[in-house]
Amino acid sequence: MAKLTLRERFKKGAEGSGDSLRGSKFATSIFRPGSPFRKGYSDSPRNRSYVVMNNVLYHLHPVKVKRHGVRLSYTLCLGGMSFFLFIVLTITGIWLMFYFRPTEMAYADIQALQTSVAFGSLVRNMHRWGAHLMVLVVFLHMSRVFYHGAYKAPREFNWVIGVILLFLTLFLSFTGYLLPWDQLAIWAVTVGGNMASYTPVFGAQIKFGLFAGLEATTATLLRFYVLHVLFFPFIIVIFMAIHFWRVRKDGGISGPL
Amino acid sequence: MVDIPEHLLLRSAEARAKALGISVEQALAEMKGESTPTVVAEEPEVIEIDTPAPAKAEVPAPVETPVTEEEPAKAEVPAPVETPVTEEEPAKAEVPAPVETPVTEEEPAKAEVPAPVETPVTEEEPAKAEVPAPVKAKAPAPAKDDSPEEVDFAPEVKVTQRLLTVVKAKPIQKASAEPVDKVNTWPHLMLPEFISLMAMMAFLIILSAILQAPLLEEANPNITPNPAKAPWYFLGLQEALSYWDPQIAGVMIPLVIGLIGFAAIPYIDRNPENNPSKRKYAIMMFTFFLAGAGTLTIIGVLFRGPGWNWTYPWIDGIWFDDLLDWIYFE
Repeated sequence: MAKLTLRERFKKGAEGSGDSLRGSKFATSIFRPGSPFRKGYSDSPRNRSYVVMNNVLYHLHPVKVKRHGVRLSYTLCLGGMSFFLFIVLTITGIWLMFYFRPTEMAYADIQALQTSVAFGSLVRNMHRWGAHLMVLVVFLHMSRVFYHGAYKAPREFNWVIGVILLFLTLFLSFTGYLLPWDQLAIWAVTVGGNMASYTPVFGAQIKFGLFAGLEATTATLLRFYVLHVLFFPFIIVIFMAIHFWRVRKDGGISGPL
Repeated sequence: MVDIPEHLLLRSAEARAKALGISVEQALAEMKGESTPTVVAEEPEVIEIDTPAPAKAEVPAPVETPVTEEEPAKAEVPAPVETPVTEEEPAKAEVPAPVETPVTEEEPAKAEVPAPVETPVTEEEPAKAEVPAPVKAKAPAPAKDDSPEEVDFAPEVKVTQRLLTVVKAKPIQKASAEPVDKVNTWPHLMLPEFISLMAMMAFLIILSAILQAPLLEEANPNITPNPAKAPWYFLGLQEALSYWDPQIAGVMIPLVIGLIGFAAIPYIDRNPENNPSKRKYAIMMFTFFLAGAGTLTIIGVLFRGPGWNWTYPWIDGIWFDDLLDWIYFE
């Protein structure tokens, strides 16, 4: 028997070594029939469909999309970017929650986060710039949709959902603005709250409800914190789900122009 | 050649044997290619079964009803009794089916059989004569010994289907949309998506590594900065507030124009075109709005200083702490 080199022995050992694992009951219980993780992937129309169908995240997409819609110059990927930024903000936001108390300790917590937590400054920066970017990208997405006339029948209502999402994005950003509890935060929010107090009949009540008092205090901080980390994310996820669902139900991307 | 499972082969051999009138073993051998296939020239048995069939079918009714009146009467009693009154002849002529049932024990069959002696209700007789079809249908029922049903049908080998009606070839669902040129989501959409996602992530991380987010001194309600500015996306609004009455600028613009007006765009703009050259008015309006909002925001961010007075950023500096803090970050 010929002696195998080390390299050949490795190669021989690696051959089919994944098969028993892939074929095991445990693996087949995880991956659905047809999943590339069961049988391996070879490029065929059938497998291209399976990639999309057998993954819960990719399943947001249909198996096939209009050819003109995949051009980057058509959508600029702005809707997808909005969603992606939302995910980034959720992850970094959860991370930041570990180091933050919405009390009079808030400012000290931010300082400690920036100076004595590993990557604290980076993650905080990502959260803040990401939030600004998201407002910008959502707004650009809306403009893109307008210029393509994509709000027209049958997509009228999805445009309405989109406008609600834009406002929810603004509310999310605005409630987050107060949380660092520095001079920039408190006075920006005071200005914003004063604008809300110009509402005709209920102006004073709205401001009082928003601030949990007559001016921005730590009670306001707690209120904005809960709105920021729980209430608005909860609402926006519901509207996002409707938005994505309607995109598909209304026939995918609009156009071509 | 593909291996056909034994049980499937056997089943089709049985079917073939039945169809050709040969033994199952022979059919099996033929299908396996071990003997030459039987060629069926004509189906003699089919023809000979056909001939007796009409002969019997024609005479069933008279055959079974030579007996007295009671027998068919019994057969009919459970059947509809709802029209017991016999006077209206024309009505009966119109509705043939229940006609023969009502009163008479004497049988429709008698219309064909020569013994209509009793005729208790005479008016019906012509009606009965007109409608022999239901008569025949009933007549076989009491006859147990005879078996006309078997010969009513042609042998199964011969007739397996019949034409009921001709339906025009029209789809149930009308496809109104033109077929569109589509590509697979994987990889044609997901790959660009993944790349732009990675690019955005890289951009955000690099941005966050370079630019420090602002953090001023701790919040102090007693020290009001001058100017006090809202977040940048509200600064256009704050700028508008300095021109107009707050009732208008603070409420009408964001609520009526911003929320309600924007949401109502698809219901206001009923022009179905989405080609930019055919919706110039809508595009012009929206661009005006964008330009106005952008101008106000830029003015609010860069050109407003203490007391909301006009300043030039290149002369007086930037009076927006959100921007200021990281622009001068060293």
